Amino acid sequence: MRHIISILMENEAGALSRVAGLFSARGYNIESLTVAATEDESLSRMTLVTTGTDDVVEQITKQLNKLIDVVKLMDMHEGPHIEREMMLIKVRTAATAREEVKRLADIFRGRIIDVSDTTYTIEVTGTSDKLDAFVGAIAQTDIIEVVRSGVTGIARGERALHV
Amino acid sequence: MELTGADIFVRSLAEQGVKYVFGYPGGAVLPIYDALYQQDKLEHVLVRHEQAATHAADGYARSTGRPGVVLVTSGPGATNAVTGIATAYMDSIPLVVFTGQVPTALIGNDAFQEVDSVGITRPCVKHNFLVKDVKDLAVTIRKAFYVAMTGRPGPVVVDIPKDVAAAKAEFHYPKRVSMRSYNPVTKGHPRQIQKAIDLMLAAKRPMLYTGGGVILANASSQLTELTKMLGYPITNTLMGLGAFPATHRQSLGMLGMHGTYEANMGMHNCDVLIAIGARFDDRVTGNVEKFCPTATIIHVDIDPASISKNVKVDVPIVGPVDQVLKEMLKMLKESKKKPDAAAQKAWWKQIEEWRAMDCLKYDRDSELIKPQYVLETLYDVTGGKAFVTSDVGQHQMWAAQFYKFDKPNRWINSGGLGTMGFGLPAAMGVQFAHPKETVACVTGEGSIQMCIQELSTCKQYALPLKIINLNNGSLGMVRQWQQFFYDGRYAMSYMESLPDFVKLAEAYGHVGMQITKPEDVEPALKEAFKMKERLVFMDFLTDKTENVYPMIPAGAGQNEMILV
Repeated sequence: MRHIISILMENEAGALSRVAGLFSARGYNIESLTVAATEDESLSRMTLVTTGTDDVVEQITKQLNKLIDVVKLMDMHEGPHIEREMMLIKVRTAATAREEVKRLADIFRGRIIDVSDTTYTIEVTGTSDKLDAFVGAIAQTDIIEVVRSGVTGIARGERALHV
Repeated sequence: MELTGADIFVRSLAEQGVKYVFGYPGGAVLPIYDALYQQDKLEHVLVRHEQAATHAADGYARSTGRPGVVLVTSGPGATNAVTGIATAYMDSIPLVVFTGQVPTALIGNDAFQEVDSVGITRPCVKHNFLVKDVKDLAVTIRKAFYVAMTGRPGPVVVDIPKDVAAAKAEFHYPKRVSMRSYNPVTKGHPRQIQKAIDLMLAAKRPMLYTGGGVILANASSQLTELTKMLGYPITNTLMGLGAFPATHRQSLGMLGMHGTYEANMGMHNCDVLIAIGARFDDRVTGNVEKFCPTATIIHVDIDPASISKNVKVDVPIVGPVDQVLKEMLKMLKESKKKPDAAAQKAWWKQIEEWRAMDCLKYDRDSELIKPQYVLETLYDVTGGKAFVTSDVGQHQMWAAQFYKFDKPNRWINSGGLGTMGFGLPAAMGVQFAHPKETVACVTGEGSIQMCIQELSTCKQYALPLKIINLNNGSLGMVRQWQQFFYDGRYAMSYMESLPDFVKLAEAYGHVGMQITKPEDVEPALKEAFKMKERLVFMDFLTDKTENVYPMIPAGAGQNEMILV
């Protein structure tokens, strides 16, 4: 099963490689990984998407907790949560109808953020599924470039990951 | 007053109560060696290879429970130390390893003797640090010792660039440190412990299975009291030998791949398994699908990640082994329930039948020296009181089977990583920690050659080790597997051109002996152990065909042992 794990870590050099190294050394999957400092400069927050059986994910969270730099972590799937990913996609619009692409972007609540004679660059935000669907809706031959941020997530309501 | 980083290093270690630093100098640590030269608080032990420095510190740590300290230079100094660091990591041994590093301005420039020490050691340390500012040095050293010693212990590396060692800062060594990201558990959950007690008292066919965690937690006396109070059979892992007296009736010896028949059959047939400070290693469980098929499993461990990693357990207790055992003892004493006497009688009757198989029997009338006989005699000659280190292979298993350890911290071997070359340098560390005690290193002609240069260190520091070399002319354990599982194709397991170990020992300034006949084994050992001031290298030419039995082949269950 797919799990989103959020990790609060000491914002120190090498923290990211400790996590990445753990995953490769123990043969765990990483689907995506994002990291940035939080409002507290001394902490960085990492969001990691992994897949595995319940036993494997339990081991992953235990091993992550064992890393000395990890302050706290949360498996988002333990409660209701919101996940978001951002995608920038550059689409060729010279030959085909530019209008059609714009309509699709509207349907997906995307925004066109750059325009040239032959291209649109569109920003779309949502769950990974939604981004997949948008990519699927555009003709493959028209896609010039796709860049995705990787998943981030946050728990709903009072539940929160903080020190 | 401001001190240099090198002086801060020395003062910090002194504050930490460190007595010995095992190390080897080099360019990047010159400032630190210069500071060591000008002080008398720490004794530096000069080894002949950095791997040996880590093993020596490791032997010191295992035999005392105090952290071992290592100092090596950058680049090759650090990479040579990696095997020893990984060895300590696998067996959860507290080490603090200081590696020199090129000056901060040169880091990342492929400078002379530069290697990314923090990167290279990351997968085999509990934690590591690169100190970039001399102001952080003292507190980092304090943190390193704190992390190495608490929770599940392990090695910690501190990488110190040369310019940091030369720069100056105010010295203040904090008495205590706290880290918001590191808070090891200090107490087991009382409800879980009560649940375990209820299960233990209701058991018909109980079994205690304990590992190195008991020794690391210094909980041998609590374990012994608990085991005797319950009257249940107990088996120890390779790492756990000595935590319960091996000569006691309730001890079934070691379990696992080369464990006793009674221990493995006891595991396979038990209804309640009480695992304490053990990690269900593959050498213990055999095929996990067939492991303890009828047991409800209780598992006490300080490391939550060890629980239900290989085998699903029913009652997990995360906590320090000593504290949990104390709590268990208290609850047992207060409990009105007692173990089921009738069930215990029947269970012990069954166990005694297994024990009567005498699974460790060997040919006592052989005209060749049987390695088992050497170890039995070693046990007798030393009165079972020696500190015994070993290397890795057949001799290690025979030592574990035949030297009956009644006390913890006396059996020193590389269990997890299985590092050949460990025995001799580890014995040096043990001898430094216990200058008046008898220290024997059980080894083989393969393993001993991996760190043989340390005979020179032994000479320099007049360490009177007794080296028991079980020389069968081949890498015995490899040969055994080739015989059993590769149709006798002995690829590279035969050692040609062995040195003359007697002359070699003499060349290093020690006493050498070669023993070729069974009747000479006992007199030779007696003579050697009488030489209290000298290192004696005993080269025993043993039966080349002897194998370690019993054996659980890979993939088999604990009840599927190959017996003699």
